[in-house]
Order: sequence, then structure tokens, then C-alpha cells
Amino acid sequence: MLGHGAKHLAATARIGVGAGTGVLKPQHEGELVVTSLSSALRASDAPTGRIILRHSLLVRLCHWVNAGCFFVLLMSGLQIFNADPALTWGQATNFDHPFFSLSARENDDGDPTAGVTTIFGRPFDTTGLLGASRGDDGQLEERGFPSWSTLPAYQDLAMGRRWHFFFAWILVLNGLVYFAYLIGRRHIRDLWPSAADIRAIPRAIVDHARLRFPEGDEALHYNVLQKLAYLSVVVAFPILILAGLTMSPAMDAAFPWLLSLFGGRQAARAAHFLLATYLVLFVIVHIAMVVLSGPINNMRSMITGRYRIGEARR
Amino acid sequence: MIGEGLARPAPLRLSRRRLLLGLGAGAAAAPLSGCDTGSPAALSVLDKAEAVTKAVQRALLAPRAALAPEYPPGAITPTFKPNGSIDPDDPSYVALRQSGFADWNLEVGGLVERPMKLTLAGLRTLPSRSQITRHDCVEGWSCIGQWKGVQLSALLAAAGLKPQARYIAFFCADTLEQTLDNTGRYYETIDLIDAFHPQTILAYEMNFAPLKVEHGAPLRLRVERQLGYKMAKYVMRIEAIDGFSGISRGRGGFWEDRGYEWYAGI
Repeated sequence: MLGHGAKHLAATARIGVGAGTGVLKPQHEGELVVTSLSSALRASDAPTGRIILRHSLLVRLCHWVNAGCFFVLLMSGLQIFNADPALTWGQATNFDHPFFSLSARENDDGDPTAGVTTIFGRPFDTTGLLGASRGDDGQLEERGFPSWSTLPAYQDLAMGRRWHFFFAWILVLNGLVYFAYLIGRRHIRDLWPSAADIRAIPRAIVDHARLRFPEGDEALHYNVLQKLAYLSVVVAFPILILAGLTMSPAMDAAFPWLLSLFGGRQAARAAHFLLATYLVLFVIVHIAMVVLSGPINNMRSMITGRYRIGEARR
Repeated sequence: MIGEGLARPAPLRLSRRRLLLGLGAGAAAAPLSGCDTGSPAALSVLDKAEAVTKAVQRALLAPRAALAPEYPPGAITPTFKPNGSIDPDDPSYVALRQSGFADWNLEVGGLVERPMKLTLAGLRTLPSRSQITRHDCVEGWSCIGQWKGVQLSALLAAAGLKPQARYIAFFCADTLEQTLDNTGRYYETIDLIDAFHPQTILAYEMNFAPLKVEHGAPLRLRVERQLGYKMAKYVMRIEAIDGFSGISRGRGGFWEDRGYEWYAGI
């Protein structure tokens, strides 16, 4: 129990020390500030909330650059996907049996009448959203993902590719900076769950379901669900990028092992799409959690770095 | 007890949240509108990525002249999707096709020491290379096929490149888009790195049979480390050139003229 608590404090100290923006200063009169282990100990008995520097400048910058890039890459990616809105495994495309496809049903005049999403051979009517959606003129048109979700809004593969590859480079460079920080400054230790964390997963799930979020010393470090979620993103992005590179014929010539890694170019295309889907789900949950657990405090901590620790539950 | 979020007056929180959401939406809309109007300044910035991609990929490839993956015969795709022009109706091409390409010639000219004209029968007597490779379309799909033909490097060596030659241009028989100024005629350009790559061939055979019309008969280009649109079909004339700004709309190929990257390695 004691060892467990000490770990928390160590994590706290790291958040402060690794911050890069310097020593923590009191934000307001009367507020306690974490500057050392001993003050953190005292702080745990504080009657009011404290402010800590939760995110270093570098983490905050990387977060927002990454968020912006992801937004552009997602929408331009959907534009690119729309050029061939189907997924198959293996090296080459199985045109007859994709495991996922978006298509339109047409009437005798060739006008689309319904949008159909087919998953493992089972068709679902997704008119208006997937397969067929309304264009500017209000008419239903054949389109994988709808206009509002793609970049650019109109069908233009060449333009989608230009946006995608430009922001892919920014994402990769930003990611390299973040990974250097993750390892060089041992930020990875803030994300890596301990054995005690793993044991606490069931309780953490129950607490989250009741919208009871950690307060006091518990909030000085990421809880286990946060650690696992953020770690999964840190792992997913490099795999997603590798899957994207595997679609490049030049990269396949330079590094044939990429094809072995994913089981072929089309498999890599499917993996790229599925990992992007996972990240979209992550972003939805992430934003929901930000809103539910104190949006202003959370947003402030990712913009200015300052995070208010609420009073611990008794 | 009471967390700080709960202690805060709700209306304030809502309004600030709205403000943040509003800011986010505004930031989100800015690049979208910029793209939909397609301003030249924005495009020229985005185009920088192509140069970076080309430089990096060439750096990764150049020391090894790495080959594109080749596949066993069992991997050949049952149906190879034809794309772009699949049945050119240009009168001169139709005439050649009707005679079984007996009157067809491949011209090799431009910045070469010895311009040449080769018949299909003549090409078939030259040393050939056969390869089973994956064809990746810019749209996203892939097909695997067998290709046999003459290495472009052998033809260029026979013709003798002049020192000024920097690119090889391929002029095709098919008009993919009807335009008033003839810029709808298919053409492509590649640089000498790809031109002299061992897998860069002019193929007259596909899947162990003569090349079909839908795949570019009688002769098509294979550039295996790039996307499908680089691999011109219905090739009629090859020219060594020192630049392509004066050809058609000046971006080095039919699809390049319509916004696609000249370097199609990804």
C-alpha cells in the first residue's frame, strides 16, 4: 500500500519536473503547489484544490498538431477511400467478395435510389450516409462517404491525396518529436500501467461508468483506463503509418517486409482503414470524457498545462 | 465530496464550452474552404509534399535499385481490371488494330543519337524480361499479372541518349478526354532512374498471351515502383527529352495535367 502511494508521488514529481516550462509557481493566493515530494505529501491534506502542471509544453504542442493533422488526414482519407470504396485482404483486390463495401442501388435510369453498406456479405441500408448521399442539388448520388465528411467536399481524388500526403508528413515529424520525448524524457512511464493499475481495471471501469472520476492524489497521475487508452493510440499511430506506407509501391520495393507484416497491399489498406476507425472511436470517447470530467479544467490543462486537482473523496 | 467541475456555475461552463467548440469549428472550416476554392497558393504549399516524398523515397531506393516484389504464377489475379482507355476509337488506332498491328511501329526519337523504328515482330525478337508484379491503381485497388517485354534500358542503349536527355516521354494512341486542343491524348514521362530500372519494360505480353486491347495492345509501359497511371498503354512513340513543360499542359502526363503527382511512388 505504501509502495503504491510512493509510486503515485513519483509520477507526480515527474509530471512537474519533466514539464519543460520550468518550476511550478502558485497560480493564485492561497493555493498550494506541487514542487517536491514533501509538498505533494502536504498537498494531499489541502482543504482546497491545487493546481499542477499536468502537461508539458512539448506534449501540449504535439497534442494539438496531432489533433489538427488527424482531422485533415481523416477527411482526406475518406476522400481517397471513396475512389474505391471497398476493402479486401491479401495482396490483390478481390473485386467479387470485399469484406466491406459501400455502393448504391440504382433504378432503371441509372439514378441511385439507395445507399448500401455490405459487411461480410450482409447488406445494410445506409441511404443518405454511406453508399449514396445527397449532393448540393439535393439529389441522391453514389458516394462512399458523404460530402460533409471528405476533404475536399466534392469528389477529387488528386486533391484529397495532396492534402493527405502533406499532412501525413507533418504528422510523422510531429510523431517523431513526441516519441523522442516519450523515450528520452521517460514520458512513457506516465502511460505504462503498473501491476496495481491492471488489478484496478474492474474498479476503474465501474467508477467511469458511474462518472466518478479520480480526485485528489488519485488525479495526480493518469488512471489505468487513461493509460491504456493513450498507450493504444501511441501504438496505433505507427502501425497506421506503416500500413499507409505499405500501400506505396516504391516503399514495397525498398522494404518488402512491409508486405509480410500486413499480409499484402490490400490487407495493409484494410488495416489502415480499420486503425483509422479505431482512432475515430478513441477521439469520440476521448472528447466525451473531456466533457464529462470537467471540460474547462481538462481543456486548460492541454492548452496552458495547468490542471486543478479536486479534493479527494472521503 | 464536491469536485471543482461541479462547484463551477453550470451556465458559465456551458458558454465557455460553446466558445471552445465554436473556435474549433472555425479552425476546422478554414482549411476546408481554402481547399474547396483550390487557391493556387494553398496548392503550391501542398505540392511541397510531393518533392519531399520523392526525395525520401529515392534516397531509400537509390542505393539498391531495389526491385518491386515479384510473385509466383499462382498469385496472378483471375480478373485484371482494365482502366482508363479500354477500347480507343481514335481512327488511326482502329486501323492498326484491324490489321492486327502488322503496320504498327514504335518510334524512338528525340534526344537520341540513332532514332529508330521498330515493328512488333522486331521487338519480339529482342531479349526480353518476364515478371509477375502487382499493379497498384491510384484509386486503391491492386491486381497481379505477368508481363513480358523489352527492357526500356536496352532500347535506350541502342538508340544512344544524348547528354541533355533527362526524361523519357511516352506518346500514346488513345484520347482519354475529348478536348479542343488535343490535350486529352494520353502521354507520360519518367526520369532516367526509372527508365533504366531493370523492371521497366515495354510489354507486349500479359499473362502468357499477347497483350489485349483493354490493357494497351500492342505495347504498354511497366514502371513497377510507381502507380498504374504512370504505365502508359497503346505506346506509339518514345522520345528522350530534357524537360516536359512544353508538352501538353506541362505537368508531365495525362493525369499529372489533371492534378495528380508526377512522382507516383505512393
